[in-house]
Amino acid sequence: MKSIAASKISSTVAELCVRANVRLRPDVVSALKKAYCRENSHRAKELLRAIIANAAIAQRKRLAICQDTGMPVVFLEIGQEIRIIGDLYAAVQRGIEAGYRKGFLRNSIVRDPLTRGRPSYTPAVIHTDIVKGNSLKITVFPKGFGCENKSQLKMFKPTAELPEIKQLIIDAVKSAGPDACPPYIVGVGIGGTSDYAALLAKKALLRKITYPVTRTVYPNSKIEDDLLQQINRLNIGPMGLGGKTTALAVHIETYPTHIAGLPVAVNLSCHALRSASQVL
Amino acid sequence: MKRITPPLDSTQIKKLHRGERVFLSGFLYTARDQAHKRLIADLLSGKKLPFAIKGSVIYYCGPTKTPHGLAVGSCGPTTSSRMDAFTPILLRAGLCAMIGKGNRSEEVRQAVKRYRGVYFLTYAGCGALLAQYVKKTTPVTYKDLGPEAIVQLKVKDFPLIVGIDTRGRSIYNAKR
Repeated sequence: MKSIAASKISSTVAELCVRANVRLRPDVVSALKKAYCRENSHRAKELLRAIIANAAIAQRKRLAICQDTGMPVVFLEIGQEIRIIGDLYAAVQRGIEAGYRKGFLRNSIVRDPLTRGRPSYTPAVIHTDIVKGNSLKITVFPKGFGCENKSQLKMFKPTAELPEIKQLIIDAVKSAGPDACPPYIVGVGIGGTSDYAALLAKKALLRKITYPVTRTVYPNSKIEDDLLQQINRLNIGPMGLGGKTTALAVHIETYPTHIAGLPVAVNLSCHALRSASQVL
Repeated sequence: MKRITPPLDSTQIKKLHRGERVFLSGFLYTARDQAHKRLIADLLSGKKLPFAIKGSVIYYCGPTKTPHGLAVGSCGPTTSSRMDAFTPILLRAGLCAMIGKGNRSEEVRQAVKRYRGVYFLTYAGCGALLAQYVKKTTPVTYKDLGPEAIVQLKVKDFPLIVGIDTRGRSIYNAKR
């Protein structure tokens, strides 16, 4: 049985915090560059140019892409054949603290949601999945709250039709409007329970952006590409100042659900969609 | 290309139109949610504010920590609408301009018009780029708020877009 030391997990998490926050994901950079070529309004082009330049400066100067270095969200895919020596969750939190300090990232976490208190770096939100195999995959996903605040959840009737669901997704983008740093990446979770739909929506943001969407949930309906086109006709555009680029991608994840329901959750990401993974 | 330097007065800002590019040099004060709450509490209880508010510019920003050898960390704008409830009171007290991202409430638009202020946008989600325009930071107050403390930023040619002009015209209501 393969063993992984908690200290190794801490150092990996720390490195991933810095990497995710200073190096924009290559698929996001590429999507932004494609959008830049597609736009013809002067202002939209200017703003996309600033966003692309920002990513280059961040990487060169090892400076955070955005001052909101997020609430750290950590996904652990734990192979059922490995053994972890030490306290796994404590190791993750130690790694977050070390990484955020090392990267000069922002301490944006308050200890209590009501009484608030002095901001610190931790705790992260941790999601664990037990999977087959003998490896541990760690993903650090710093989630900014400008866009997190625009999340939506609706429990539809089981008889609801696809156009109603699409409307909720489009309305979520409309209501975020110019506020949450468009162009957005739209994560959608459909099915499961209310909590599970919300988790699926967040996981959908981790999928690589491709044109057209490569792993679609309903291969015959092109639902994600259709939604992307509809959203990009809203003319919200970069920074909400108009243009063809309101979203860079729509990703949907689904799960079986109950005969009485149809949960749909939307989790938006700003254009600074940041994540980094490592397999141990 | 228009350039402005705080403290701002009506001659500097009355000719700015929504959508226009402007470059600001001089001093900004960072303030976001909790700092606003405290500023308003100070104002309402008749206490002196921690900086001279007349003609001043507030930047809705909570920078990251400053890496060694740099003037500031990543420092882009946060969502302005969270400060909407506090803004008219500050404008009445003499605040001249705000810098942030996104739309404002109707009340803020009206208050900007009434008190002849201006609301600016800057590059949203571009904190590393905007850090290049910041030359110096000086802590002012509320240190216990961490990244939400009020800090004075000395900037040079900080890039802005007029979001709401002194006549209350908003870039988001303009036909595109």
